[in-house]
Amino acid sequence: MDKIKIRKGLDIHLDGKAIKQLEVFEPRFCALKPTDFIGVLPKLHVAEGDDVKIGTVLFHDKNNEKIVFTSPISGKVKAIVRGEKRAILAVVVENDGKNEAIDFSSVNNPIEKMLQSGVWPMLRQRPFATIANPDDKPKHIFVSMFDTAPLAPDNNFIISETSQETSLQIGINVLSKLTDGNVYINVCKDMSWRVSTDAKNVVVTEFEGPHPAGSIGTQINALAPINKGEVVWYCYTQDVITIGKLFLTGKYDSTRIIATTGSAVKNPHYYQTRIGADITPILNIEDNARVISGNVLTGTNITSDKCLCFHDSQVTVIPEGNKYKMFGWLKPVFKRVNDTNTNGDTRPYIMTGQFEKVFPFDIYPMQLIKACLIKDIEQMEELGIYEVDAEDFALCEFIDPSKTQIQQIIREGLEFIRKETC
Amino acid sequence: MGLRNYIDKTKPNFEEGGKFAKFHSTFEAFETFLYTPNRVTTSGTHIRNYVDMKRSLIYVVFALIPCFLFGTWNIGYQHFLSLGQDVTFWQTVGYGLLKIIPLYLVSYIVGLAIEFTFAEIRHEDVNEGYFVTGFLIPLIMPVDVPLWMLAIAVAFAVIIGKEVFGGSGMNVVNPALLARAFLFFSYPSKMTGDNVWIAEKADAYSGATPLSTIFNGGNVNELPSLMNMFVGTIPGSIGETSKIAILIGGIFLIITGIASLRIIIATFLGAIVMSLMISDIPFYYHLLMGGFMFGTFFMATDPVTAAQTNPGKWIYGFLIGAIAILIRVANPGYPEGMMLAILLMNVFAPLIDWCVVAVNIRKRKKRWATAERRAK
Repeated sequence: MDKIKIRKGLDIHLDGKAIKQLEVFEPRFCALKPTDFIGVLPKLHVAEGDDVKIGTVLFHDKNNEKIVFTSPISGKVKAIVRGEKRAILAVVVENDGKNEAIDFSSVNNPIEKMLQSGVWPMLRQRPFATIANPDDKPKHIFVSMFDTAPLAPDNNFIISETSQETSLQIGINVLSKLTDGNVYINVCKDMSWRVSTDAKNVVVTEFEGPHPAGSIGTQINALAPINKGEVVWYCYTQDVITIGKLFLTGKYDSTRIIATTGSAVKNPHYYQTRIGADITPILNIEDNARVISGNVLTGTNITSDKCLCFHDSQVTVIPEGNKYKMFGWLKPVFKRVNDTNTNGDTRPYIMTGQFEKVFPFDIYPMQLIKACLIKDIEQMEELGIYEVDAEDFALCEFIDPSKTQIQQIIREGLEFIRKETC
Repeated sequence: MGLRNYIDKTKPNFEEGGKFAKFHSTFEAFETFLYTPNRVTTSGTHIRNYVDMKRSLIYVVFALIPCFLFGTWNIGYQHFLSLGQDVTFWQTVGYGLLKIIPLYLVSYIVGLAIEFTFAEIRHEDVNEGYFVTGFLIPLIMPVDVPLWMLAIAVAFAVIIGKEVFGGSGMNVVNPALLARAFLFFSYPSKMTGDNVWIAEKADAYSGATPLSTIFNGGNVNELPSLMNMFVGTIPGSIGETSKIAILIGGIFLIITGIASLRIIIATFLGAIVMSLMISDIPFYYHLLMGGFMFGTFFMATDPVTAAQTNPGKWIYGFLIGAIAILIRVANPGYPEGMMLAILLMNVFAPLIDWCVVAVNIRKRKKRWATAERRAK
């Protein structure tokens, strides 16, 4: 097993780490949000009031009709939530508690099985972080088995507490059939679980170091940086478990273990719930707190709907920082960051060399950000845009003294290229 | 809180459609000076650390305070020394303050007036950059610089050096140094020679700086002792004489991560190598004379005008050190080379960065080519 040490980065310590205690929470309803997927144009298959089972198609992607999104629970379609220009924001399904699931065991082709059951969207591709295109041949597939983000859930605990070793191994074996290249399983030092490398193209690598050592972008760059024109696929631990269960039982199991974290959560711990679950009942939320699906660096603000996003296994709740602080910029601070205040105003880029301290890529971050700002595709390509995604710049954004919205800048740059070239 | 309520009550007047909408940027500058705003993150990371531009730049001002304090005392000390008078510590400081406060008033009033005006015209926030520039400018001036000259120099530096390029962060050369260079070439008699470094000195007393002594063919024995040059009880620009004060501030900047240690080390290396090669006097004299240390810690490290890439910073710093000594030793016109070396490298910094980035790009394209060949 190879070992790779990541030297640059930053571990952000926040209050409200989840204690290792698991509770089952069956949500009253779940929401599937097309906005969780980059570049997906939803076409509905259901209407309000329809009965659905686990695995019933709720909508598909107009850009690629093979990619369908299925219900994580059985019950009735409660609402189709629409936003501006009638764009579909969410399909909400009410849970009848029966857990009736469609059986996909008769489908033999693994890709077909994953597509039809609706687990396929768990596989994403780089560059662009869109859902993997089933017609592509990915160069490699990457799985990050651990998370180093602030207050991230402990996958060791999740795997052992729910005894998922078998499903995980089956999932890895399935992935190994999807590529002619390697399946890179990236683990951390204290991983208690051993990956069997019976499949020839499974490569296990141990990563060590501060965040973003657990981020997929860092791992891809350390193992096999993406060249122009190449596509790799990636997913995370619980996605592999879900894929494994599909091949074990023939059914889509939308179970997801989430960690509730953050200083505004009382008694933060782990819950066994469903993808897209409405988590209002388990969070005793005070007024003026922000609910985030995911971590504080890359997560999505779900304060208004409180439904988990598709890919996330963590919920963070922190106080909003909408207060004035007298001479706040002058006071020395020794306490941890604990709210959402920007702690300053947006400015031109003045300081240099700061991003490089937390950015473990062979890329000049400031130059790439500026290339994205001016939407110069050639320059973006030359500076390594295909090797990164917006989330890889999260730490840069966190420490940026100019308080610019770096992840958004990179995302817009990537989307510009995707729309120009695809 | 009363003050907060008052601000909230007055605020609408300065917003669009209000009576004083023209002064929005000015109001905003004062409001954010008193209170950090209540704005929260909207996209990307949900938390931001405490370091913002105000905090980064105020650290530079903090770092300059030792130089300011020593400089103030040294103005009085040099003055009374030249007159041969024995005075108390507080008389010395009092005289220094009397000299230095007008310089600061001119620097800040002229500079900030221009900054605020440009911010209002552009409908932008007032940038904090001038707090540092305005604090630096008096420190690199001879004490007897006429106030009207200082005012013109500040106006030139801020408008031509900074605002025409788009304000803080967009400028090519360091505005504080540009102010000095402007006076240096426009009014040379007020900026060099032996008569400008000591305030109202007695005519008979030599006001030569160590650099001008060497420049005029003197040798090491005619210089003040190394200890005096290190402590700073010598004539010179206000902030540059005390190496102890510079080191205190410089180390603070390095610890807080504001100044680049790479640039500082590289500048020292460049100066040492060059003086070993071409200078008759020991290299440590060059490090202690003139504005070398002050320029290294506070001017060369200006992040906007320095090279931005890490390898570029090594090259940039090394060349500053080397060229500064080269000018000191080889040019027949003026004794000090630090200012010109930094300004020259400011201009070349983007080229250095371009070359450094080009190496990265070439490496990437090579990898693409190899991958493509393997795919075939």
